[in-house]
Amino acid sequence: MTRINLLLLGVLVLCALSLVTSRHQARRLFVDLERERTLAHRYETEYGQLQLEQSTWGMPARIEKIARDNLRMQLPPSSRVAVVDTGPADAR
Amino acid sequence: MNTMSAARASRAAAAPLPPMRAAALFGALAVLFLVLLGRSLDLQWLENDFLQDQGKARFSRELEIPAHRGRILDRFGEALAVSTPVKSLWTFPAKFEATAEQLSALARLLETTPRALQARLAADDDFAYLARQIPPEVADRAMALRIKGLNEQNEYRRFYPGGEVMAHVVGFTGDKDAGQEGIELAQQSWLGGIPGSRRVIIDRRGDAVEDIAAIRAPQAGRDLALSIDSRLQYLAFRELRNAVEQHHAHAGGLCILDVKTGEILALANWPTYNPNRRDKVERERMRNRALTDTFEPGSTMKPFTIATALEAGIVKPGTIIHTEAGTLTIGPNTIHDAHKAGPLTVEQVIQKSSNVGAAKIALQLPPQTLWNTFSEAGFGSPPRSGFPGEVSGRLRPAKTWKPIEQATMSYGHGLSVNLVQLARAYTIFADDGSLKPITLFKNDGNVVGRPVIKPETALEVRHMLELATGPGGTAPKAQIPGYRVAGKTGTARKLEGKQYVAKYVASFVGMAPASNPRLIVAVMIDQPSGAYYGGDVAGPVFSSVTGAALRMLGVPTDAPFDNVVPVGPEGAVEEET
Repeated sequence: MTRINLLLLGVLVLCALSLVTSRHQARRLFVDLERERTLAHRYETEYGQLQLEQSTWGMPARIEKIARDNLRMQLPPSSRVAVVDTGPADAR
Repeated sequence: MNTMSAARASRAAAAPLPPMRAAALFGALAVLFLVLLGRSLDLQWLENDFLQDQGKARFSRELEIPAHRGRILDRFGEALAVSTPVKSLWTFPAKFEATAEQLSALARLLETTPRALQARLAADDDFAYLARQIPPEVADRAMALRIKGLNEQNEYRRFYPGGEVMAHVVGFTGDKDAGQEGIELAQQSWLGGIPGSRRVIIDRRGDAVEDIAAIRAPQAGRDLALSIDSRLQYLAFRELRNAVEQHHAHAGGLCILDVKTGEILALANWPTYNPNRRDKVERERMRNRALTDTFEPGSTMKPFTIATALEAGIVKPGTIIHTEAGTLTIGPNTIHDAHKAGPLTVEQVIQKSSNVGAAKIALQLPPQTLWNTFSEAGFGSPPRSGFPGEVSGRLRPAKTWKPIEQATMSYGHGLSVNLVQLARAYTIFADDGSLKPITLFKNDGNVVGRPVIKPETALEVRHMLELATGPGGTAPKAQIPGYRVAGKTGTARKLEGKQYVAKYVASFVGMAPASNPRLIVAVMIDQPSGAYYGGDVAGPVFSSVTGAALRMLGVPTDAPFDNVVPVGPEGAVEEET
């Protein structure tokens, strides 16, 4: 009887200790998860900012301004446009 | 020595206590015990909640889970409105303590002078912002200066890369990232995110170590794709701006509609504003005139009159209408044509935009019949594009029409429309005679409209509209190389008070390619000075916008490339209304 009790006591202590470690581990993993979440949020924010940047740089108004001012490009007047007929649309 | 004193002490203890002393001692202990009991009752019952909260506050914390406001995108996913986190720096001036170096370092970071910062602090207020909505990195560096009393606060700011080109459609948000104008306002519930919160256990450093319970799940704002095509929008905006400036006009609007899907591909307005910097913008510039303002359409209404007459079987395209004198007198009023044309066929009434011709045809129709067509074409009811505050225009009930009013309405006076409504009404000529529902949101696939006129009638009217842009028409300047064009000019006098004045609204509504229309483009120039005919002012805008748009969209050409007939020295046929 005493032996069984001692054995059970041993098991109990083991269980208690494993609970403590698993609890600790859970918290550590949770901290990691938290960190990743923060990172994910930061990337999301950055993605938004980059998208904004892309949109801003890519706005037709800006492209046209650069083309006109820096590259000295211009729209040809209609008198200087020749349109090449490539045949009916279905044939293309 | 020790043994002796111990013995004496045990003797003294053995002596009986005086009863008074025992009772006093017992009483004192009982009182102390009661105090203890009372205190524990107090803690357990009365202050329990407070203490529990205090306890929780020491190991748990409620964290906000941020929820972004959804983005607004164009039809190709190009961002038109994006929220990004920013920070503001604030302080209670009374508690603000900074050394001279700290202050100048802060000023350098915020790109201002120490003196300007001092001025903000000195302002007679309990609370002062030192910087609003600055990039988070800058705020972090400012906080790293460790200035006493300086605080930061997280906010969101909405950016509009499209700026003034997209301003009227997209609108903007106001305080707390809530929609205030345009689509931002109309779609608030779709775009707006609801931040969530959760309770966590924190460790000594303040990091979360365990979730206790998710209190509220965040609801992220959803993205919204508009029907707008950024390239076409810019094209429309640029041409409209050029035309308004060239003609020193008061305002202008332009709308491009996809005939098959009912989508608004571009909606440009002038004057405009920059939604990213709108501190000093007058409300006047913020109005989306194309949807919230009405004007008398003038001759752009004539095709609806003719279509009604064709449907009723009163006339055929070749029927001769006598407009000899160029005037028509109804009671005390006289209708004029801009120039005398002699007898005209019904086709030529449209081609040369004869008021007398349109009025003579309209007067043969019962008012209710005419009203029905106008109403079914969407006049007098809002266009339902999904934009807030769009107006319905004015179309009075047929019973109240006097003959002179019926005559003037046939050429677009005595009723009012907005530009988008007018563009939508033209969908009945563009496809199979049905009125297409329109939308500002991206739409997959073609839409089915509500039939208004027969497909044959639509085709006949479209042919007449094609004549109007040809030689001898009112709008040869609206022609496009490589594409057949059908359209109608409008030159309407403006109504001020109850008087028509010598100020005009020049407009053009057209569709191309005429053989199988893909786009409807409506142009309106308000109060041009100098030239004011729709064909001279709005026609060229239509031509350049539609031509470029069709090429961008890769629409197959339906005409030889030398189809454009140069405008002769005698110019286009002039019209009024």
